[in-house]
Amino acid sequence: MSVQPAQVQGFSSTLQPVRKGAVRIDDVVKIYGADDTGILAVDHCTFEVPPGEITEVPAGSLVALLGPSGCGKTTLLNAIAGFHSISSGSIYLDDEILCGPGKLKAQPGPDRIVVFQNGALFPWKTNIENVTFGPIMQGAMSRAEAYNKAQDMMADAGLRDLVHNYPGEISSGVRRRVEIVRALMNNPRILLLDEPYRALDSLTKSVMHEALLEIFYKNRVSIFFITHDLEEAIFLGHRVVIMTTRPCRPKKILDIDIPHPRDYSVLTAKRFRELMDETAAAVHEEAIKAFAAGEKER
Amino acid sequence: MLAAVKAMSAKFKGFIFGDDFWRGIISIAAFLVFWEAGSRSHAWSGFAFPWVSQVPAPTAVLQEMFKLVQEPSFWNSAFLSTLRVFEGFFAAMVIGIPLGLAMAVSRTFYGITFPVFEVLRPIPPLAWVPASIIFWPTQELSIAFVTFLGAFFTVVVNVIGGAQAIDVRYFQAARSMGSSTWDIFRRIILPGTLPSIVVGATVGVGITWAVVVAAEMISGGGSAGSVGGAAGGGLGFFIWNSYVGGSYTQIVAGMISIGIAGYISSALLRKIGQWMTPWLSED
Amino acid sequence: MPLPAVQRERAASDAIFVMTDTSPVQALRTDGARAVVADSRTVTSLALTTHRLSLWIKSPRPYLMLIGFAGFLGFWYLSVEVWKLPRFSEMPGPTEVLREWFSRDPTYGLSIFVPEYYMHIWVSTQRILTAFFLATVIGVPLGLFLGGSERFKQYVFPVFELLRPVPPLAWVPLAIVMFKGSETPVIFLTFLASFYATALNTMLGVESIDVSYIRAANCLGAKRWQVFRHVIVPGAMPFIFTGLQISVGVAWFSLVAGEMVSGQYGLGYVINTSYTMVRYPTIIIGMATLGIVGYVTSAAVRLAGDYLMQWRTRELALGGDR
Repeated sequence: MSVQPAQVQGFSSTLQPVRKGAVRIDDVVKIYGADDTGILAVDHCTFEVPPGEITEVPAGSLVALLGPSGCGKTTLLNAIAGFHSISSGSIYLDDEILCGPGKLKAQPGPDRIVVFQNGALFPWKTNIENVTFGPIMQGAMSRAEAYNKAQDMMADAGLRDLVHNYPGEISSGVRRRVEIVRALMNNPRILLLDEPYRALDSLTKSVMHEALLEIFYKNRVSIFFITHDLEEAIFLGHRVVIMTTRPCRPKKILDIDIPHPRDYSVLTAKRFRELMDETAAAVHEEAIKAFAAGEKER
Repeated sequence: MLAAVKAMSAKFKGFIFGDDFWRGIISIAAFLVFWEAGSRSHAWSGFAFPWVSQVPAPTAVLQEMFKLVQEPSFWNSAFLSTLRVFEGFFAAMVIGIPLGLAMAVSRTFYGITFPVFEVLRPIPPLAWVPASIIFWPTQELSIAFVTFLGAFFTVVVNVIGGAQAIDVRYFQAARSMGSSTWDIFRRIILPGTLPSIVVGATVGVGITWAVVVAAEMISGGGSAGSVGGAAGGGLGFFIWNSYVGGSYTQIVAGMISIGIAGYISSALLRKIGQWMTPWLSED
Repeated sequence: MPLPAVQRERAASDAIFVMTDTSPVQALRTDGARAVVADSRTVTSLALTTHRLSLWIKSPRPYLMLIGFAGFLGFWYLSVEVWKLPRFSEMPGPTEVLREWFSRDPTYGLSIFVPEYYMHIWVSTQRILTAFFLATVIGVPLGLFLGGSERFKQYVFPVFELLRPVPPLAWVPLAIVMFKGSETPVIFLTFLASFYATALNTMLGVESIDVSYIRAANCLGAKRWQVFRHVIVPGAMPFIFTGLQISVGVAWFSLVAGEMVSGQYGLGYVINTSYTMVRYPTIIIGMATLGIVGYVTSAAVRLAGDYLMQWRTRELALGGDR
């Protein structure tokens, strides 16, 4: 876990970028409002998104953050992404500091791209305009290059026929996939997914899960996602971090030893059931506490 | 400078207002200074600022307001205008709300009345003034009618919009629990439309003020000055009179009074609205 | 928020139209979930309008509408010309008005065959266009800044709100004092009312943009001005256009008032002078013309908005929030 491959800054189109997408959360505290009277959302959190196994291709890993509604998971994700500041502690990406003492708010950027809970595809741009938005804004590619790459990536994801549609014309599951392609166009080190499949029915969800794994295997980008669905977390993740209710801190960190690549047969495998048994009680405990506290979803 | 002002205020009363409050004060102060300088520009520097130099200075206006506040005829005018506003507004609500609800509830009624309504709506209320004068026996009634029209259309449109936006599931839930049609009307449609009624009312009252002032000016003065003569009264008439009489400070004083009155009525309505729809202010 | 019932119904029928009429339905490969989607051809407003029109004619609505108008006109006719009710005695009746409006040699000088009629319409329209144009060109950027920069809003909004409660007409005498000539005060008045509506709605539009869009743009590496151009401006457009429609309506309101008090030519002036010169049918002609022209300008703004915001027209047609 502490192997340090050579750090290569910046992405040049000839070199294979070195991405680990390893995030380290170190004793992070977040208080909303004034220091003494505010709401404590995150209470001395410490955990890691580990760099994946180093094989021929630098790998990332899939980490799920699980917890009841309103416990502060989104706060952490926002802190990593740079939307909120933290009150103390520090967050590192591949051993570079994102935010910490002296710089309490990270700068949002294309190395950590968020896929939002309710989707944030720009409704006024067509799908391909959305997908090419990142590289064009950063000046990393010319329009033609961006369009070519976008068409390839969308075709790969089975979205070839939707290239010129508007997001308002497609279903939310498909929108989610376009949004992920939009993110991947920028070679991010880590994808931050904020309860991405919350609004979907379980049939669509099952398809989306496999799609996400496919994306992970193809792109080897680290994925950090928030969920409240234990099954989803265990099925997808290398590691599952179970959080307490507000203020949140890691209650239990589980490394899932089911081998990748996984498919849906895993759901009925014995090891899967064992892992569910180990964790279900802990999760349920926190759920009851959250319910009693009457947390409103922020 | 912000810090200095804040420090001063902190000593003054122990109040600590936020940065945003002081920024607002600074800009209002700057505005007033600019106005004062612009008005006096000719006297001070010989150079007349294009438009502002014609406007009386804030200091002069303030003096004028002090004088006015002590004169009973001013308060008379203010009262008259306010009365007209509330008459017209009240009439608009009393007729507009039931009409709007009827239109929202019955497709047939909507089909019959809405086209006529939509055709009459783009006609500005003031265009109705001469027709109104011809029709109604007294001046008061003709102004009241025009005032009524101003608010009426807004109220009806808002009521219809509000009623239509009520989530159909509320109706379904009520029916499944055995509510009668009257019950549904009283307990779902009425409260569900209330927020829109409040919005329509707040906007409507602003329009009503505009119409009242305009109507007072037109029927008490303006090119239709021969109508009714000085029987108009009210703040609109007061402003027009001040103009005709050449007393410019009074014009601005009158404008400010109307602004204040309008603001108070809107704020009052908003407060009433909040009181009537407590469920909206819960966080 | 669910769409109002009328819009929902229309949206439902539009959806069928859009999906079946523009291209074959396409389905996705790879997953069991089928996403039904229309082709990317532009859903022309014209095609949609003709479709809606054909549906409308088949519904009971046209007949109800006729009943309504018949009722209104009938009441007017009966009360003035047949029953000669007391209050209505001085009013011009519909036959009189219509005869005047469409006669080649009108008794009181104004009908659709008289060039002067169109001159007045043009003068009023021109004033509206000038004032509206100025109000949009100044109001939209101001609204964008007010919504976009908290600091700017803190400085500018209080002054803005301070002047707002004064109704446009109350400015008339001051405007006459401030500006030379008779055209400028009227245009200033109209501009003022329009400006407030536009600026406020634009500001509201910016403020109501879902913060996720801005955050997404930031993640994707957009700089501040890029966010402004690609997210804030398009995102606020629906509100801006609503504001523009309101602005046109308010402009007419103020213009008529201004013309009645201190104008030369124009529809407000026509109504006023018709009154003083006891040409009553012309008053009604003026009012009706105002209604028509007002409606046309409002519809023009709305159509422009529909065209510029293709994405929204199609989104609404396919069912709004899915």
